[in-house]
This record gives sequence, C-alpha cells and structure tokens, in this order.
Amino acid sequence: MNDLSEKIFAGDQRSIARLITLVENDAPDAMETMKQIHPRTGQASVIGVTGVMGSGKSSLIYELALAYRAQGKKVGIIAIDPTSPFSGGALLGDRIRMMELSSDDGVFIRSMGTRGMMGGLTSALYDVVEILDAAGMHVILIETVGVGQDEVDIVKIADTTVVVLIPGLGDSVQTIKAGLMEIADIFVVNKADKPGMEQTVAELESMLDLINNPDRRIPIVATSAKEKKGIPQLITKIAEHQQYLKTSQTFEQRRRQRYEAELIEIIRKRLMDFIFDEKKLKSTVDCCIDQIAKKQLDPYSAADQILGKILK
Amino acid sequence: MVKKIRVLVAKPGLDGHDRGAKIVARALRDAGMEVVYTGLHQTAEQIVTTAMQEDVDVVGLSLLSGAHMTLFVDVAELLKEKKMDDVLLVGGGIIPQEDVPRLKKAGIAEVFGPGTPVEEIVTYIRKNVKR
Repeated sequence: MNDLSEKIFAGDQRSIARLITLVENDAPDAMETMKQIHPRTGQASVIGVTGVMGSGKSSLIYELALAYRAQGKKVGIIAIDPTSPFSGGALLGDRIRMMELSSDDGVFIRSMGTRGMMGGLTSALYDVVEILDAAGMHVILIETVGVGQDEVDIVKIADTTVVVLIPGLGDSVQTIKAGLMEIADIFVVNKADKPGMEQTVAELESMLDLINNPDRRIPIVATSAKEKKGIPQLITKIAEHQQYLKTSQTFEQRRRQRYEAELIEIIRKRLMDFIFDEKKLKSTVDCCIDQIAKKQLDPYSAADQILGKILK
Repeated sequence: MVKKIRVLVAKPGLDGHDRGAKIVARALRDAGMEVVYTGLHQTAEQIVTTAMQEDVDVVGLSLLSGAHMTLFVDVAELLKEKKMDDVLLVGGGIIPQEDVPRLKKAGIAEVFGPGTPVEEIVTYIRKNVKR
C-alpha cells in the first residue's frame, strides 16, 4: 500500500486533488494507486445530472449537495465543462454556483475539462469516481457538459441519471425525444418559476404514457433551484430509484455496465496512445517492411502480427 | 502524459467588477490552459480551498476595490500555511505602483496593472509555473 492510497482512504483533500490531476494527465504513477484503491470502492451512490445548456444543472447540484449534507453525508461533486477543440484550453465555471460549499470540508468539488472526449464526459471520469468513492464520499454528483441530444454516456457511469429540462424550450420534448429522453431515471423540470412549466410537464407525461414499464414509471419533479422548491421531492425520488435498483437487481447490472465501459475506455486509451506514439509505431512497423518488400510477408499478415503483439 | 496548466482566477472581497478577470480567464483558455473561475465575492479561505481541490498550478487574483493589501496578502499567507508553496500566486487590477514591492515581499510573485497585454500574462505564467 503506498502513501498516496493511505491518504486517499483517510479522505485527505490534497491527496485526492493530486491523484485526480495524475489520472487526468495519464501519469504512469497514477496507475499503481488506482490498482490499490479499486478493492475499497463501490460504496458511494453515483448520481448523474445532465441536460441542455443553461438548464440550471450547477444550481441544482448545489441544492442537492446542501440537502445531502443536512443528512450528514459526505458529498463529492465532479463538474465537467467543454475543452476547446481549438486551443485545448477550458473555462471551468460550474463552481460559480457552488462557492458556498467551499467552506464545508464535507464537500469536495472538482472541475474538469472534457479533453477531447465525446459524449458529454471526460475520459478520466471513471477514475475520479473511484477516487472520491475510496475517499469516503457517500454521494457523488456528476454534472455533465450542457448536452444536445445524444451525449448520453453518463448512463454508463451513474447509478441514477437525472435529466434536467426547462420550460419554454418550445417543442423541447419532441426534439430531444431520442437519446437524452431515453436515459432518464428521473426528469426534472427546473426553473419551474418560469412560465410554461405545466405544459412541459404535460408533454413529458404524455411521452411517458407511451413507455411500457409496469414496474416503474419515470417520475417528473418540478424544481426551482432559485426559489429552493422541489429539492426534498427530488431527493426522495432519487432515494426511491436507488431502492428500486436494489430490489429489481438492476443495481448489479448497472455497476457491471460501468466497469465494462471503464475497461473499454482504458483499452481504447492504450491503443490510441500506441497509434499516436509515432516513433514507437514506426519502429514496430519498420521491422516488417523489409519482409514485405522481399515478398516474404504480405501487409495483412504483418498487421496481424503487430496487432497480436500489442493485444497480447 | 499530457500536462495542462490549471489556473484559478478568483475575485476576493466585495469588489463587484469582473470584466477584467473574465478577459484574462478567456485569454488563458485560448492559450490552452484550464481555467477555473470562481465568480465574485470570495473569501481567502474559499479561494485557497478551491485552489487545493482543483489542484491548480496558478492562482490569479483580481481586485479593483483597493483592498489588495489585505486580501492578496491573506491569500498568500493562507497558501503558505497550507504548505501550498508550489502554487504560483499572481495579482492584477488597480494596484498602485508603490504597493507592488510590499505585495511581492508578501508572496505575490507578480502584479499586472491595467493595460497589461494578455500575452504578457500568458508568457509569464508559462515561464514561471512551479511544477
């Protein structure tokens, strides 16, 4: 057991922050620690909050965090914002709505850029969830980037996915019927203080009428983070969903889904690293060129050989 | 391994003007850095806790209210107290020239006044980041 993992288990904020940086940067030292902490994970409830831009996800997460703190639970928050595809930089502004939480040492907030990952998440996210889990957070809230229709990867990692909509998006429900609408465990109509709330809820209800799940109808909660309304109801609905996961045995299934997605992501990253490490790739390829030129080997068999070596 | 420079841009105290801070934040983003922006009215404690959780390489404080001698120094001292000496601390805003030496002595590595080209700040950060 190395020093860093001991400190993570003890919940030391600086060590948590440092390890997150290491996994974000793909530092080789991080891997050893990640291996050590995996057995101590799996306790935290992971709640994904996703929705269109400007739907009030950050404010909602702030309110949820306060409510969980009032229950005495430790809360980890991961707030993701887009990385610019042009500069590689990112403006991470989700904390603006959560600054009051910075004075509470039962809360750990980390802002992350997507760093080139599609789907509304960031590729280090799986690791960050494991780190916060091992550090003793009871609840982990993940805020995705503001999404359009098909950035739905949050379902691969969250136990409960909350999709946030707002009134007055026009035929919002129509336009986002595919993708986003299929991943919700709970719908939130936020900014319920704005006109059009009833219509949005009604549209959602009629859409839900078409879904046939006798065990569970997806609940809709109207909230106003601004007027602090609907938060206790949302907390209740989340708790009910987590209960449902356990009684219907879907919990195991979701966790398996997460590990599957994580494993695939690690493999994808390693393969990409190999492909983009031009020097290494070139030196691996070089040794076959002679043989191909002399017709001792054909390019397809050479590719099989090389890939066989990496995949071993 | 891809290391990105992470910067916290923070507005301490009661000053309500953040246009400058936002312009700097954007410029740093355009230079490929990850910039965490806190919004207005932060206490020194909130800024240092945020810097720790976000594991930033740089903290940039912006202040136009004139309270920099207290607030900048508070942040510098708190960083030292938490043994976060590897964080590069810089400041900007309306800072009279005669205050600069005292700020530097207190641990603010550089002070950027009004009219500083953003490129200068980017270059300074790239050159002086401590890890």
